[in-house]
Amino acid sequence: MIKAIVMNERDNVATALCDITEGSRPVIVGSKSGQGIVVKSDIPFGHKFALCRVLENTLIIKYGEVIGVSTSFIDAGDYVHVHNVESLRGRGDQ
Amino acid sequence: MNFYGYHRKDGTVGIRNYLTIISTVICANEVAEAISNKVRDAVPILHPQGCCQMPIDLKRVTSTLAGLGINPNVGAVLLVSLGCEGVNLEEVENKIRQAGKPVEKVIIQEIGGISKAVAKGVELAELMAEELNKQEKKPASISDLVVGVKCGSSDTLSGLLTNPIVGMAVDKIIDCGGRVIFGEVTEMIGAENHLIRRIKNQEIKDKIINSIINMENRAKSVGEDMREGQPTPGNIKGGLTTIEEKSLGAIIKSGSKTIDDFIEYGEQVREGKLTVIDSPGREPELLTGLAAAGAQIIIFTTGRGAPQGYPICPVIKVTANPRTCDKLNELIDVGFTINDNDVVDIESVFDTDSNKLLSYFNEVCNGRLSKAEINKYNKFINIYVTGPVI
Repeated sequence: MIKAIVMNERDNVATALCDITEGSRPVIVGSKSGQGIVVKSDIPFGHKFALCRVLENTLIIKYGEVIGVSTSFIDAGDYVHVHNVESLRGRGDQ
Repeated sequence: MNFYGYHRKDGTVGIRNYLTIISTVICANEVAEAISNKVRDAVPILHPQGCCQMPIDLKRVTSTLAGLGINPNVGAVLLVSLGCEGVNLEEVENKIRQAGKPVEKVIIQEIGGISKAVAKGVELAELMAEELNKQEKKPASISDLVVGVKCGSSDTLSGLLTNPIVGMAVDKIIDCGGRVIFGEVTEMIGAENHLIRRIKNQEIKDKIINSIINMENRAKSVGEDMREGQPTPGNIKGGLTTIEEKSLGAIIKSGSKTIDDFIEYGEQVREGKLTVIDSPGREPELLTGLAAAGAQIIIFTTGRGAPQGYPICPVIKVTANPRTCDKLNELIDVGFTINDNDVVDIESVFDTDSNKLLSYFNEVCNGRLSKAEINKYNKFINIYVTGPVI
């Protein structure tokens, strides 16, 4: 059963196509099919997890383009969302 | 793809035939609404703008109201004015008349108050309604259409499935000779690489990039992080993390054709097959911009479910989110069901689903009511302004 999709081969995140439970190894389709990554927390439908280790202050790539930057170390399989990624655009605070 | 529509004197074709009661300023809204309540099938345009604004915004409100009046779906217009507003009433009236459309006006301060204005307005509107009822539909084709495209209450599936399906439908509409317009410049922030490859020439490229920079600077100018507003809390709950991610998913709904024109908010579409309008992402402002630019119909993709329609345009709601489809069926016109196996051959799924959308689209052009029309969820509109209210 397909659980997540990767949009571009450059991407370092996958998007869940259903609720994925912690500890499972979702089947991934798209540009990086067949990867067997164990997710390290529950990933809600439509949310993202990391495909590889991402150091703090590293670009997050989806659709082959930059969607933001990591604000902490993210391990492969970790939940990737607003708690550990921030936008680089439209900001007045920096 | 052919349909029957109302052929106007200026060469455009309406898929609806509205008698529209346009309030020219916030202070005239209640009179315009009272008139429209008393005339069968009259549709009010009520908005909070029209006075005590910077000149750039007064010009824009004036041109937008005129644009709404000359929208092909509008058969006749009654303007309701207070009498001392900043909007140029004469210019709105003249532009609508020049398009060959019946237009009348009621000025509250001149006629002697609310009850007299309502009585006169009802009298004028009923005469125009009688004429509109005599008009017949005649054959028209997709090349007579301007189609607006918009997304709202997006989730991550909007970018992965819903918007790519709509993008393919947009390509097919253009292949058949139709024109398409999209905006939401806020949701182009971060998607410049994708956009630039498709823009016709340097001049249009500069205009679009400048409008993105202006929109980003407007957000930055308040000295805070934009994330409290974009992505919206609902977008974030749906899985979108940043404006860049939202933009990259949103832009796909414009298909793959060359972007060959850029217009200011309040302007009408020209010859361009795929036009960008300078506009923010929020529904009340963008839907008005699309309608004023001449769109007769709007395709609206949604992730989490958005109820909005527009007073003078059918708005078709489309989603590939199965949960939204089930839970909010009363809002959704076309739902796509993507199965696990489909993801392997996604292109053919997009092809089938975009045809399904176009078939429904054709029915709506021929008079089938969209869900937003049935729900009559179309009262709250606005006009995009850039300066302060003063």
